Amino acid sequence: MPTISAVEHDGSKSARQPLESVVVRFAGDSGDGIQLTGSQFTQTTALARNDLATFPDYPAEIRAPAGTTFGVSAFQINFGSRQILTPGDEPDVLIALNPAALKVNLATLKPAGLVITDATVFTDRNLRKAGYTANPLEDGSLSKFRVIPVDIARLTLEAVKDLGLTQKEALRCKNLLTLGLIYWLYDRDRQPTIDWLEKKFAKRPEIAKANIAALNAGHAYGETMELEGTVDTYTVPSADIAPGLYRNVTGAEALAWGLVAGAKLAGLKLFCGSYPITPASTLLHILSGLKHYDVVTFQAEDEIAAVCSAIGASYAGALGVTSSSGPGVALKTEALGLAVGVELPLIVVNAQRAGPSTGLPTKTEQSDLYQAVFGRNADTPLAVLAARAPSDCFDVAVEAVRIAVTHMTPVIVLTDGYIANASEPWLIPDADGFAVPPVEFRTDAESFHPYLRDEKTLARAWAVPGTPGLEHRVGGIEKDFDTGNISYDPENHQRMTDVRAQKIACIADGLPPLVPEQGNKKGRLAVVGWGSTFGSISRAVSNLRDDGVDVTHIHLRHIWPLPSDLGDLLRGFDQVVVAEMNQGQLLTVVRSETLVAAEGLNKVTGQPFKISEIEAAVRTRLES
Amino acid sequence: MNVVTPGEKLTAKDFTSDQEVRWCPGCGDYAIVSAVQGTLAELGVSREKTVFVSGIGCAARFPYYMATYGFHTIHGRAPAIATGIKLTNPELDVWVVSGDGDALSIGGNHLFHLLRRNVDVQFLLFNNEIYGLTKGQYSPTSRVGTRSPSTPMGSLDNPVVAASFALGSGARFVARSVDTLRKPLSQVLKRAYEHRGASFVEIFQNCIVYNDAVFSSFTAKDLAADNQLHVEDGKPLLFGRESNRGLRMKPDAFELEIVTVGENGIVEADVLVHDEKNHLLASMLAALQPPAFPMALGVIYCDPAPGYETNVTAQIEEAKANSPAADLNALMRQGHTWTVKG
Ligand SMILES: Cc1ncc(C[n+]2csc(CCOP(=O)(O)OP(=O)(O)O)c2C)c(N)n1
Ligand code: SF4
Ligand SMILES: [Mg+2]
Repeated sequence: MPTISAVEHDGSKSARQPLESVVVRFAGDSGDGIQLTGSQFTQTTALARNDLATFPDYPAEIRAPAGTTFGVSAFQINFGSRQILTPGDEPDVLIALNPAALKVNLATLKPAGLVITDATVFTDRNLRKAGYTANPLEDGSLSKFRVIPVDIARLTLEAVKDLGLTQKEALRCKNLLTLGLIYWLYDRDRQPTIDWLEKKFAKRPEIAKANIAALNAGHAYGETMELEGTVDTYTVPSADIAPGLYRNVTGAEALAWGLVAGAKLAGLKLFCGSYPITPASTLLHILSGLKHYDVVTFQAEDEIAAVCSAIGASYAGALGVTSSSGPGVALKTEALGLAVGVELPLIVVNAQRAGPSTGLPTKTEQSDLYQAVFGRNADTPLAVLAARAPSDCFDVAVEAVRIAVTHMTPVIVLTDGYIANASEPWLIPDADGFAVPPVEFRTDAESFHPYLRDEKTLARAWAVPGTPGLEHRVGGIEKDFDTGNISYDPENHQRMTDVRAQKIACIADGLPPLVPEQGNKKGRLAVVGWGSTFGSISRAVSNLRDDGVDVTHIHLRHIWPLPSDLGDLLRGFDQVVVAEMNQGQLLTVVRSETLVAAEGLNKVTGQPFKISEIEAAVRTRLES
Repeated sequence: MNVVTPGEKLTAKDFTSDQEVRWCPGCGDYAIVSAVQGTLAELGVSREKTVFVSGIGCAARFPYYMATYGFHTIHGRAPAIATGIKLTNPELDVWVVSGDGDALSIGGNHLFHLLRRNVDVQFLLFNNEIYGLTKGQYSPTSRVGTRSPSTPMGSLDNPVVAASFALGSGARFVARSVDTLRKPLSQVLKRAYEHRGASFVEIFQNCIVYNDAVFSSFTAKDLAADNQLHVEDGKPLLFGRESNRGLRMKPDAFELEIVTVGENGIVEADVLVHDEKNHLLASMLAALQPPAFPMALGVIYCDPAPGYETNVTAQIEEAKANSPAADLNALMRQGHTWTVKG
């Protein structure tokens, strides 16, 4: 196992200013290698033992024309010596590699924030493409920021000039020059990136050399500035983090591994039928690379076929999984009704995105909760879970498998574009250390029928084709409670509808007591959240509590059924605020299920909540 | 339940479930279910390894009447469900039963992909040129001018020829039969069963209630012999009461024509010989329509290739062979990791 210990910092350098946390945003054209730069900086920062959270922000267009605002790609990282839960509200530093990147990202920069740009590319033509009528580096419009224009392109060409690269190849090293400069700014070790480059370009050593030269040149450029006293430098001391072995993980990875772990514990083959859609496709991609773990992946012709193939897989004795985003989940609706009716385990992952319709496919929203909980014809209950952060996806995936196989039911897992693609450090768990009961297929023909139920979980018997003596028929038509045969009897339909509802309701009986994330179990105000608002709410509540404000944070993983003690817990607060990135979906469910007069805090701009927004909302409510 | 002592030879009755059959009296589906039950017994298949999957429609009720595993699913989606079953357990014998609306209207896309992928299932299309279950609307196979509740002045859209669609979709086994032709139907079913990869079988099925006698131009007693061409690999394409009418390529055009052996100097050697592996010939045969031409029945095309599930399984085996010790804990610890000391 290649493990690397945290890097020691020698404090002997010149007077670097220690910082508790910093937000850096890398932005440039899609072709500028922004995501790669970001991920290298992330690795190095993790090695420096900072806590961190990242947010890759891709353009919606795949190959937008170079230099345009809609072709801008960005990567934001928040790192610090304290616990970091979000990618940060406002960057302290913006690296804008072209005018378009500056234009798109400047608005979020902190007042007096640092802007580093590539002055070489602020040409009339590029300025026009970005929609500037005057050069912002010259017209004084950046006066409230600290601006360091660096001739990145020129310096890069200079750094690699003896290595025999074409101009195009040479310019591709620009991002490494930038990275070197940022490493210098935050006193980061260059060696891990150098090692990585040597490995990555082992077959083309001249490219590795050029990239390393650019990295070093960027660093040297910084040192020169330092000597000249033009700019302050910083250090971010290491954070207090639980001991153990860590890695960075994206939500899609954690989810994929969690599903594999859950299926293995249940003793089932994993089958994933899916149809590509942003931001859900990464799960399909990752699972497709795990064939040696007995994972079958199937890229179906559409979302309907995807969910149907997964239902077929579960019928045949695998754990069927299907993944999509809201529009695709809409197409799966009818089949979900079938899965509920035939009572087969199934996991449906919805990486939510902003809607309606195509909406803002690359932006984050939590607006599919109604769809998940209610969005089917008839009384068609199933279980709904939500992951709160990239690493939480592992635990949620395992929990989804547990519920699906224990209760023979479809489970919808809600994530979103942020959770799926962002990464964060993860204390790697033992994949075998989770409580998922091994599945026992029915083999006993004695008084068998397919709708025989377990008294406690109300799960029906799972008899898979190939089992002698248990040949039976299931289908969407209502079944007789006592024989499993087709039944059109009205009383029987009542009974079956009731038992399907009870089966889902009784999932709540097996849940651990609901404990607030922070704060007391009674008090003036509770903020209730779900999904990826976790980080913002958590930080906002901790800031408020540091300030002596009586506020509690409750975060739900089980959306349907809700934990049975939620109502009692909420009744202990004078005010309950449900914060979510939609127009009040969990709010409706919480109000109707608990009869608590909760209020909503809502946002649908496609951008996560800012910590300050939540803090302000809580203060306003407590002051009024 | 169906308890059978192993080794015992199963009969058609052993493949019949105890469920009350709900088709209209006189429906062609009765003959088909009986032919399938009989054929399975003759094939000596095991009940527990056999799965019937269907969508929705009269035809789709089929699985309830079979004493095997059965899955009655949703309208049009049976091919996708069958694909999931077959990929999960390639050992199972999977049969899909579908109607013309189920297979070619709502489920047309799924059928296309099932055939293109060559998933090893037997796909039985019960074509009655009508929506039976929903009370008689015209379907994608209904001929232009079909009067139905939704087309009181006659339908306007062109019908699809199911077998041509299947061939165009890349099906490697395409056959046809008629509900009441017990022996030819049974033969076709056996061939379909034996074929590895997707087998597409169109069965002309009479809906006595909503579309009675729609196939009479080639199924009526007095017309059958002159209008049915039972194709057989390696045999000349002959038909007719006296088996003296045949198909040949027109000498001056790229199309088929009917000739009579013994007339105008035509001898049997002039008649085309059926070649199951000839895709072009199969396409021409599938497209023939009575009354100008006979209806081609039997195995029109058969050119096996490995089934999709075989290739999927092989890839998984290859992946396993390349990384024999698949350990999730190790996987999660691969790449950049770092230790935070206590
Ligand atoms: C989603 C959906 N749409 C419509 C229907 C109604 N429906 C049931 S069967 C059917 C058509 C059946 O025609 P066909 O497939 O030819 O089968 P047949 O009844 O003729 O055997 C329709 C439209 C349905 N069950 N589900
Ligand atoms: S409506 Fe037609 S196809 Fe349906 S059962 Fe009756 S006769 Fe058969
Ligand atoms: Mg029909």
